[in-house]
Amino acid sequence: MEKFVSVKGVACPIPAANVDTDVIMPKQFLKGIDRSGLAQGLFHNLRFDERGNARKDFILNKPATQDSRFLVVGPNFGCGSSREHAVWGMLQYGIRAIIGTSFAGIFADNAANNGLLLVTLSASEIAALFDAVGPTGREILVDLEAQVINAGDLSIAFSVDADRRAALLDGLDRIGSTLRQADSIRSFEAEYLKASPWLCDRIDA
Amino acid sequence: MAGPLTLYDKIIDRHRIMSLGAGVQGREERLLLYVDRTVLNEYTSPQAFSGLREAGRKVWRPQAALGVVDHVNSTAANRTDVVEDKGAQGQMDYFARNGRDFGIEMFDVLDPRQGIEHVVLPELGWVLPGMVIAAGDSHTTTYGAFGAVGFGIGTSDIEHLLATQTLPYTRLKRMRARFEGPLPVGVTAKDLIMTLIRKIGADGAAGHALEFAGEAIDALEVEGRMTICNMAVECGARVALMAADEKVFAYIAGRPRSPSSAMLTEAQKTWADMRTDKGAVFDREIVIQAAQVAPMVSWGTSPDQAGTIDDVVPDPEAVAADKRAGVVRALEYMDLAPGTPLSDIRIDRAFIGSCTNARLSDLRDAARVLRGRRVAPGVRAMISPGSSSVRGEAEAEGLDRVFVEAGFEWRQSGCSMCLAMNDDVLAPGERCASSTNRNFEGRQGTGGRTHLMSPAMVAAAAFTGHLTDVRALKLLEA
Repeated sequence: MEKFVSVKGVACPIPAANVDTDVIMPKQFLKGIDRSGLAQGLFHNLRFDERGNARKDFILNKPATQDSRFLVVGPNFGCGSSREHAVWGMLQYGIRAIIGTSFAGIFADNAANNGLLLVTLSASEIAALFDAVGPTGREILVDLEAQVINAGDLSIAFSVDADRRAALLDGLDRIGSTLRQADSIRSFEAEYLKASPWLCDRIDA
Repeated sequence: MAGPLTLYDKIIDRHRIMSLGAGVQGREERLLLYVDRTVLNEYTSPQAFSGLREAGRKVWRPQAALGVVDHVNSTAANRTDVVEDKGAQGQMDYFARNGRDFGIEMFDVLDPRQGIEHVVLPELGWVLPGMVIAAGDSHTTTYGAFGAVGFGIGTSDIEHLLATQTLPYTRLKRMRARFEGPLPVGVTAKDLIMTLIRKIGADGAAGHALEFAGEAIDALEVEGRMTICNMAVECGARVALMAADEKVFAYIAGRPRSPSSAMLTEAQKTWADMRTDKGAVFDREIVIQAAQVAPMVSWGTSPDQAGTIDDVVPDPEAVAADKRAGVVRALEYMDLAPGTPLSDIRIDRAFIGSCTNARLSDLRDAARVLRGRRVAPGVRAMISPGSSSVRGEAEAEGLDRVFVEAGFEWRQSGCSMCLAMNDDVLAPGERCASSTNRNFEGRQGTGGRTHLMSPAMVAAAAFTGHLTDVRALKLLEA
């Protein structure tokens, strides 16, 4: 996971509500057994027509935004399917953070697990940021250490869960860190299964 | 002692290994959560197994996982375990290999127990009240019908779960939806949940564990309750729950993987307390009068863009300002004009299937409508039973003949055209009446147009060729 400390780059506005993961990463990009090739899949049906030509009217195909590092988005972003490919595709495309008012739960967990920063702002803050970014996007700075977004004269403070922030700043190995608690898990499990023996019946050999 | 607790908190408390510290933004405690069981599919799990291999890790409790091929497989009547699509074949082959290498039981496409994961697990007796089940599919909320906390996770969390039997977890807020009064005739579980989604929006239960209660819920059979919990994720609920009752206990008893009857008797003493205490506080409560629910159909590209069958396509100018752009976009994609009666919308395709609505009771509902009738000229109709077992049971009672005589394709089981990862897809511009869960742009095929509704409503639309109030059709019993 790439560490996220402070990143400067173009922010692209995608104000629609309920942008779902089927739209973010369509089904034809879900047939792999690895994580590769997903930058091409990102918003594929919006970015490209049936013949594979770029749709000039889609925001990420404009010269000013095609190298965006951030998306500024509408509510309930990432709803629908659990496909983590949506997050992998964002990162492979070059998106480092998404800023909105609310994110679907599974999408938010997937983002955190891959170092894609999600910043949650209030409705008035996001309206101000949409104004600052404008309809065609502009350069902004997202500083996770200071927990602040700077867009020209606009400066917005944000907060992120402490353990998620630490993982983003330091790039922690989550499974390794949980396995350091293996003894606690094992003793909990033994006691729990002893108290609920039906959970093992016809399951344990 | 804690005060009165919700069912959700009782289950989470029983699975809490340790605290991981307080959250911020007014959110609740982070904790390490013990997960009882998981189910794996071939498309969200491959990278998790690769991660285990790369790190040299093994699966913590292989007997707590079960795998089933469902998303990419063919549903052709004469299918084999070979498909033309190299990607899909690679996923199925890797899945089988992962089962062998990590000691996890996997049902391949030719296994008589194969089917859609959320149909297969309950029919095996693998889902029990009070459990926590996390799996790599958003519709894992289905298991709430059994009083189990079920929730979807991504591939990284599948890997974490397989390696540790746990997940770092943030406790959700609590919400309750009560459906008061009896269910009207001709109205199904699908109509109840679509009514709720329309009312509270696609993010109406975001960040919440959503418990369902009330007379109309109690009156439903377990399969209908699964439909409701399944689609709760479409209003943003991460977890759906219903208190387990005698119907649930009876459903579980005697299934292939259910505990023995002696064990079940023991378990029921614990399960009796698996319900929300009187006086427990919910962060949000909503009440819907079941008597006011009518058959629902979606008109847009988000599950909350729906109406009753006697509604018309909305006028963007007449909706709330913050919804307007979404409605404009949806009507353009769906090629619908404001003011059009929903029952005037003509269809090209009809599909009955998915983890939402392809269980035996759903097939019976559709067959009641189709018995002695034919699919309208020009409509291609297909049905993919929720599992190979459901397919067998339906054939045993002659439902397959009803569908075939009506002109439906009687297919094998899989996720099929709910998300069109196999070759069951809509062509661009085709319009489908569908018993599935998502009407997103391109969900059933690039450029395809989906109208969500109950299986009986799909059957009615297939017969007339346009969206139709099933209550207006005479039902013919066997």
